[in-house]
Amino acid sequence: MEMQTVKFYQTGTFTVGNRLLDENERSVQANMERTNSLNSGHRACQGCGEALGARYAIDAAMRVTGDKLIAVNATGCLEVFSTPYPETSWQIPWIHSLFGNAAAVASGVAAAMRVTGRSDVRVVAQGGDGGTTDIGFGCLSGMFERNDDVLYICYDNEAYMNTGVQRSSATPPAARTATTMAVGKEPGNVFGTGKNVPLIAMAHHIPYVATASVANLRDLEFKVTRAMNVHGARYVHIHVPCPLGWGSAPADTIKVARMAVESGLFPLFEAEHGEVTGRTRIRHKVPVTEYLKLQKRFAHLFGKTPDQERLDQIQAIADKNIRTFGLIDTELAHG
Amino acid sequence: MDKPFAITLDVGSSLANKTGSWRTSRPVYLDRLPPCNNACPAGENIQAWLFHAEGGDYEAAWRELTQNNPLPAVMGRVCYHPCEDACNRGKLDAAVGINSVERFLGDEAIKRGWKFPAPPKESGKRVLVVGAGPSGLSAAYHLRRLGHAVKVVDAGPMAGGMMRFGIPKYRLPRDVLDAEVKRIADLGVEFEYNRKVENIRDTMTEGKFDAVFLAVGAHIAKRAYIPAGEAAKMLDAVSVLRDMEGEEKPMLGRRVVVYGGGNTALDVARTAKRLGASEAIIVYRRNREKMPAHDFEVEEALQEGVMIKWLSTIKNMANEGTLTVEKMKLDEKGFPQPTGEFETLEADSLVLALGQDVDLSLLEGVPGLAIKDGTVQVAPNMMTGYPGIFAGGDMVPSERTVTVAVGHGKKAARNIDAWLAGGTYEPAPKHELADFEKLNAWYYTDASKTVRPMLDIVRRTSTFDEVVSGLDETNALFEARRCLSCGNCFECDNCYGVCPDNSVIKLGPGKRFEFNYDYCKGCGICVSECPCGAIKMVPETI
Repeated sequence: MEMQTVKFYQTGTFTVGNRLLDENERSVQANMERTNSLNSGHRACQGCGEALGARYAIDAAMRVTGDKLIAVNATGCLEVFSTPYPETSWQIPWIHSLFGNAAAVASGVAAAMRVTGRSDVRVVAQGGDGGTTDIGFGCLSGMFERNDDVLYICYDNEAYMNTGVQRSSATPPAARTATTMAVGKEPGNVFGTGKNVPLIAMAHHIPYVATASVANLRDLEFKVTRAMNVHGARYVHIHVPCPLGWGSAPADTIKVARMAVESGLFPLFEAEHGEVTGRTRIRHKVPVTEYLKLQKRFAHLFGKTPDQERLDQIQAIADKNIRTFGLIDTELAHG
Repeated sequence: MDKPFAITLDVGSSLANKTGSWRTSRPVYLDRLPPCNNACPAGENIQAWLFHAEGGDYEAAWRELTQNNPLPAVMGRVCYHPCEDACNRGKLDAAVGINSVERFLGDEAIKRGWKFPAPPKESGKRVLVVGAGPSGLSAAYHLRRLGHAVKVVDAGPMAGGMMRFGIPKYRLPRDVLDAEVKRIADLGVEFEYNRKVENIRDTMTEGKFDAVFLAVGAHIAKRAYIPAGEAAKMLDAVSVLRDMEGEEKPMLGRRVVVYGGGNTALDVARTAKRLGASEAIIVYRRNREKMPAHDFEVEEALQEGVMIKWLSTIKNMANEGTLTVEKMKLDEKGFPQPTGEFETLEADSLVLALGQDVDLSLLEGVPGLAIKDGTVQVAPNMMTGYPGIFAGGDMVPSERTVTVAVGHGKKAARNIDAWLAGGTYEPAPKHELADFEKLNAWYYTDASKTVRPMLDIVRRTSTFDEVVSGLDETNALFEARRCLSCGNCFECDNCYGVCPDNSVIKLGPGKRFEFNYDYCKGCGICVSECPCGAIKMVPETI
C-alpha cells in the first residue's frame, strides 16, 4: 500500500484561518485578539477594499512591533472616513497633516523617535494612490533616497475616490473616471500613461518593496511582517478595489481583487535593494475579461460589440506581467 | 471650557457611529443540507462525522456516525455510496471517498473496542423485531438506545440476514459483521435464532410485545420457466450464496452460466470463479447501459475474467448441459425483443439470478394489511394497516439495498418510539440544499481522491480474501480533509477576516461566529467569500 505523505489541510492557507493548523501558523486576522487597528463605525462605503486592506496591513504591523507603532496618514478616503472630528476609528497613535506630505511627516516622526531614544517605536506612513503616486510623490521619493526608517503603504484604488472618482497616475488604461469619460475615439483613460510606483521605488534601491492584494491575506501579512523586520525605507503597494469608483458590487470586492491577481493585471512580487526576489504565482489563470466585466468602469469595452482591440491591449499588459515577473511556474504548469 | 479654539466636542471613538443603520439586507448564518447527507438512504449526517474525522478525532466521528447507523464497518464495505455520486467535490476533482472513511472508522471502532452508551432510562415497553438482517439490526439498535426492551428473532442460525447469506465473503468478511452485531447485542438486545415466526399476532400476544417491527429479507428466489432435461443442473442464486456459508460448498462445475443482470448475478459469477470455474458467463437479456448491477461491480467482475453475454435469453437446457440461447435486440422503447437467431452454450450448471421474493406467510390472518406485488404496504411512518405492526427493508416497496434497509430500521424505530408514547414522530424540517453554486470553491486546496488499494487480480479470483482493502490512518485523514463541509460552518475564519467593518464576532473554537448588526453595513463580502455556503443575505424588514 502506498503511503500518503502529503500534508493536507482542507483549505490550507487560502482561508483566513484554519482550525487544522497550529495556532502559530494562523494569520493575524484569524486571531480573536487582533488589534482591529481600524475599528468599527468608520464611514467607508459598503464593501470598501481600502478599509479592509488598512486593517490587514496595520494589524500585521502591530503584531510585529508589539503594538509600538505610529501611523502617519495622507489625506484621502482612508483619512476622511476614519476620522471625522470628533470620532476616530484608529486604535493606534495616528497623525494626519496634509495630502502630499505623509512621507515627509513620517520621516520626521522617525527622526523624533531616534533622537528621543525610542528605537523600539516604529513608523508607518499610509495613503491612497493619489496621495502617493501624484501629490505626495516628491516627499515619497525623498524619503526613499534618504533611506528613512519608515514603511510607506500605498492603498491603490486607482483614482481619487474621496473627491468623486477623478483620474490619478495609478488609473489603468480604458478605465472610466469622472475626468476620463467613456466617450470619443479613445474612451476612458488613455493607454500608455500613468506610472508604476513599485518599480520606481525599486529604482531607489531601498531595502524592501512589495506588492500585495486584499485577495491574498496570507501573502499580504507575510510582506508587511517582512517589511517591519528590516530598517530603512520600505514600500508596500496594496491593491484595494473600490466598489463605488469601479462600479463593482460591494460583495465582490475580494473577488475583483482576486481576478486582478489571477489575470496577471496586478502582479504580486517582492524586491530587495532594487531586485525582484520573489513572486506569488497565479493559481488558476483567468483572461482579463473575468476581471474587467465585474466593473462598470470598463462596461464600455463590452456590450453588443465588444471593443476587442482594447481588450486585446489589456490582455497584452497582463501577459507581459506574467512573463516579466514569472507569475506562472512553467515547470509545474500542465495542460 | 478648556478646549482649543472652535472645538466644542470631546474626542471619541467611531463606535458611536452605528453604521448598521445603512443596511438594507443582513447576513445570517445557516446550516444548509449537504448533498451527501441528502443522498444517504440511512440518513447519516456525513458532513458532521467527517468534520470530526478531519480533526483526527475518530471516536467522536464514529459516535456521530452511529447516531444514525450502527453498522459503519459493514456499510463501509457493502454500501453503494449514493453520497459519493452527490458529492460536490466531484465537480472539482473527484468525490470524497466517504465510503472508505466510513469503513476506516468502523474498523477503528472494532480495533479499539468502542461501545455504545447504555440507554439513559428504560421505557418499560417491549418490542419484537422479526429478522436479524440490516433493517432488523438497525431498528433493534435504535429502539434499544431509546430505552425499549428489544428481542430479535430470526429463522436463520446467525444474525446478518442477507448480509451473511447473500453477500459473498470477499465483499464482507464475517468477523466484521460479527463484531458489529455483537456490539448491538452488548447494548442489551436479545437475539433468538433458528426460530421462524409462523403467526405474528400469536407471537406478539405470547411474548407480551407492545409493538413489532417486521424485517424479513427476500430469501426466495424467483423462477423462470426454462424447459430442461432431468439431468440438467439448474440452481438459484440465493441458495448458491447461502450454501457458501455452510460446510458443503455448492458444486457448480467448470463452466457456469448465470442468468440475470443484477448485483446478485455478479456475486454468483464471481463466487463461481473463486470456486474454481474456468468459465463464468453471465447471460443477460439487455445491454450494459440497461443492466441494473452497479458499474464498478461489473468492472471488477470483468477484470476477474467473468464473461457477459449481452442481449441474450436462455430458451432451454438439455441433459448434457447444452443451453440454447436466443439473441435479442432492443426496440425503440428499450425493451428486448427476440430475433429468432439461436446459438448454443455449454454449461455444467445454470444459476438463475432473476430476483427474489419475501416469505410473507407469517402475516396470514392479520386484518387490515395490504399486500401488493409481494410487498407489504406501509404508511409514511412505516406502520402497516394493523396498529403496532411496522415493517421495513425488503418487505416494503423500495430499493433493496443494505443501506436502504438500515434507513428503514431507523425510521421505523423512531416512529415506533413515538407510537408507544401515544404520539407521532415529527422529523426535523429539512434544510435547504447546499448545491455547488452555493460554494466558493476557490478556497479549497487541490487534492485527488485516495484510491483504495485493490487486491492483486490473481490473488482475488482464487481466494475469498477481501477485494477492496481499507485506508490507513494517514490517508483516511487525507480523504476526510477533502470534504468541502458543504453548507455547514467549519470555522475557517473567512467571514471574521474579510469583514471591512469588524462586524463579525469570533466566539472561539467550536462556537462559530456571530454578526454585530450595530456596525454591519450589509456589503455581503462574508457571503461571497464563505467557502462552504453557510451564510446568506436576507432583506431587512423596516
